[in-house]
Amino acid sequence: MHRFANPARFLRMSTAIFPWIAALTAICIGAGLYLALFASPPDYQQGESVRIMYVHVPAAWMALFVYTLIAVASGIALVWKHPLAHVAAKAASPIGACFTFIALVSGSLWGKPMWGTWWVWDARLTSVLILFFLYLGHMALMNAFEDSSRGERAAAILALVGFVNVPIIKFSVDWWNTLHQPASVMRLGGPTIDPAMLRPLLLMAVGFTAFFFTVLILRMRAELIARKIRIARMARVHGEPEWTRAAPGGAA
Amino acid sequence: MAQFFSMGGYAAFVWPAYGAAAIVMLGILVETVRSLRARERELSALDQKSGAAR
Repeated sequence: MHRFANPARFLRMSTAIFPWIAALTAICIGAGLYLALFASPPDYQQGESVRIMYVHVPAAWMALFVYTLIAVASGIALVWKHPLAHVAAKAASPIGACFTFIALVSGSLWGKPMWGTWWVWDARLTSVLILFFLYLGHMALMNAFEDSSRGERAAAILALVGFVNVPIIKFSVDWWNTLHQPASVMRLGGPTIDPAMLRPLLLMAVGFTAFFFTVLILRMRAELIARKIRIARMARVHGEPEWTRAAPGGAA
Repeated sequence: MAQFFSMGGYAAFVWPAYGAAAIVMLGILVETVRSLRARERELSALDQKSGAAR
């Protein structure tokens, strides 16, 4: 595990992966948009409004996936003190918040024509709104303390406690009455959705995932540089020798 | 073409959904790249200064 803890190793690996993951993002979202908007049929009940699904569903999946990743990173950070884990969690949460926001907005825009309302306070919608606030709380806690390690610790604990919300979101449509439809792709017994609709949906999902990792790599790099800057500043204030720069997060 | 943009009468819902997703995703991408560049500049300026001091 600690072999990957070295920021230099992360930077090397991420530099190698980056062009591929960025290209994958462009190709999948490009092809996904083409299929979603042009080359897929309208729904027999929902007509053309079904095209909102190709944005809404991948965004909602990402909202849950990114939160799960933050919870795992937070656990690793708290238990094994892996120095990159806090960096990953901090870099991921604004991206997750963006996906959650997209899921909420596109869902609302889909709910109005199909359900006749922008919003209902049912289990699925409310639990996703809570997920959005968890992301915002996580981002706020990360920057809430002068001593950044205290903020990281508090944010990690919030992320782990808040993880209870993830299965609640996933199973809310089965456990409670809701206007929201149950799962039609990630379900036991396979997807019930038509292949002509499943293809653009999966392409967009892969595209969104690749987009997430593209932005994550950039944000983690920015955070590692921010740590180097902090250490360099402190070294200058305290007049300490050069080697202190090789301390946490700064190794080259 | 007009038929495509009308989205079978759902244009007022479909296009804002795609538009919101595009704005938010491009927004975080641009913000990320900008802050990365700014920090890279800040670090190299710091490195140069500390290099000059010795």
